[in-house]
Amino acid sequence: MKGKNQAPVLEIRDLSVSVGTDEGEARILDNAGLALMPGSIHGVVGESGCGKSTLIRAILGILPKRGRATAGSIMLGERNLLDLPADALQQDVRGRAIGFIPQDPFQALNPVFRVGTQLLENIRTPGDRKATRDAKKTHVISLLKAVQLPDAEHALDRYPHQFSGGQRQRLLIAAALAAAPGIILADEPTTALDVTTQLQILKLLRGLAIERGLSMLFVTHDFGVVAQLCDTVTVMYAGQTVESGPVAQVLKAPFHPYTQMLLACHPERAEELAGIPGAVPSPLRPPMGCRFNPRCPHARPACSAGQPPRVTPNPGHAVRCVLHLDEAAA
Amino acid sequence: MTRFVLRRLLLALPALFGLLVLTFIMLRVLPHDPSAALAGENATPEQIAAVRKAYGFDEPIWKQFVIYVGQVARADLGNSIISNRPVASDIAWRLPATIELTFASLLFAALVGIPLGTMAAVWHNSPFDHAMRIVTVGGLAIASFWFAIILQIVFSMDLGWLPLRSRYPEGMPPPTAITGLYLVDSLITLRFDQFAAAFKHIVMPAFTLSLGGLASIARFTRAGVLETMQKDFVHYAEAAGYARKRIIWVYVLRNSVVAATTQIGLLFGALISSAVAVEAIFDWPGVGSYAVSAILTSDYKAVLAVTLVVGLIYAVVNIIVDVVHAMLDPRVAENL
Repeated sequence: MKGKNQAPVLEIRDLSVSVGTDEGEARILDNAGLALMPGSIHGVVGESGCGKSTLIRAILGILPKRGRATAGSIMLGERNLLDLPADALQQDVRGRAIGFIPQDPFQALNPVFRVGTQLLENIRTPGDRKATRDAKKTHVISLLKAVQLPDAEHALDRYPHQFSGGQRQRLLIAAALAAAPGIILADEPTTALDVTTQLQILKLLRGLAIERGLSMLFVTHDFGVVAQLCDTVTVMYAGQTVESGPVAQVLKAPFHPYTQMLLACHPERAEELAGIPGAVPSPLRPPMGCRFNPRCPHARPACSAGQPPRVTPNPGHAVRCVLHLDEAAA
Repeated sequence: MTRFVLRRLLLALPALFGLLVLTFIMLRVLPHDPSAALAGENATPEQIAAVRKAYGFDEPIWKQFVIYVGQVARADLGNSIISNRPVASDIAWRLPATIELTFASLLFAALVGIPLGTMAAVWHNSPFDHAMRIVTVGGLAIASFWFAIILQIVFSMDLGWLPLRSRYPEGMPPPTAITGLYLVDSLITLRFDQFAAAFKHIVMPAFTLSLGGLASIARFTRAGVLETMQKDFVHYAEAAGYARKRIIWVYVLRNSVVAATTQIGLLFGALISSAVAVEAIFDWPGVGSYAVSAILTSDYKAVLAVTLVVGLIYAVVNIIVDVVHAMLDPRVAENL
């Protein structure tokens, strides 16, 4: 962990995103917030449908057609990404300031183009029009070596289907690094891979982050992955960010009832197979206040009065839950 | 890739043989006696019988077919029973005109249809898309002979911009024969006056002939682009910061065209059959207008020969299309 007085490289503040559906407006993100500190790996954990993907799309400025940010800001350094015009997002942010690693390496590469064509598309260093194709190729091949792809010299002339899943994920990691971004956004990059490959990819990401001083936002549904890889973590539930802090603290002593129950569900920790009673609410008709309150064993009237403010019972470890309001005040 | 092409060629052989059998039998079961036609209007039954014997019509059908196949194998398509000229040389002389017309139509249909279809998909459900739908449905529905006549009335008779019929001005020396395609030959020999003359003649027939194909290609492309835009690799390309224009016109379009190429091959069959009517209207000296006069005069050798040649062209075009398909999508060749 770096010093706490550093400014975050990427900070999401009270972000709300709505998507128009045929049944009305769905508020997919509700006052979500997180901070990515320089040189750190920050996990974002939650179940499917909790808004993780929307969060990524919002950062990259590629929300679905009927989706829009209704409140909040996404600060990349001094710039609010929500205020940037579309072409600035494409030219300066996506693939440039922020590299992206997708979830499913089997589907992410275009099957009818050579790998080289696609990887060279990601290189957009300043003045790159003058850079010759050979120079670009040399650069990409050096990246392929950095991600430990076997036979990197010949990889560019091959097609995606000629690589295994783990190799394709390495190609995509190299693609994310191509324009030397300071921030990497990884969307469950190991979910589609088998377990042994997962471990190799996680090690590789960790190594690259340290070696290149990258800040990484790592989205996953798996606390095990968070424990192996991340420095800090934010827990999301139904579009709200409920808890965040250093991984060790959040895993050992979670504050929010949702985090506690979610951790209890993890197969390696659970004493018996348990679940959380109830179901994730529809973003069309979410519960008032804290969206977890209908399923929460500790729910009280205050929970549905409004979303609890963010409190920090331990330094660096924050939670949005009425149970902890008193502790923080004390 | 070589193996792929060879296998594809082998697969075409049984189809061609089937075509030969089918058309031969169909012509023979038609209630019309070619011997009677040959012998003339006032022939006696004895004269007709003599003709029948002379031409081998009294042999069993299977024997006639075997003889015919043997001849075809030697590229001898027989003599026309009307003009008594070799059918093969008649067709060989007319084939370049038909190839020029159909390929010009297909090229125009693809060059206009693919961008139109792509734009309709990118702006789907917009006024542009709706207008496109109306125009393409119209393009498929309009009878080409009617449309051809309208074009002739407007551009030849009223405005006088384009020649009414035929392939080339009478009295002007045609381009040096290299490929037999006037547009290509005149360009090769750098005779731009000849190119302009040939171009003026081909505009209306090629445009008429392209309508149906253009509409189909635009619709295939639209459907293909819409489907491809939902793919993960397009979302990835967006998230990775590829320029939007490149995503659509390079990455999405290539995938969509891969799917549309097979359709273009099938389309070629419809194109050739429409060419028969279009050639007749514009007096285009191709295989289509030859087929029309052969059918009208019951010149069965000529009809069989035209069918065979058109079938052959169709097979070749589809082999080319499959090879192009395999070149565009590397997975195709590996899976065969």
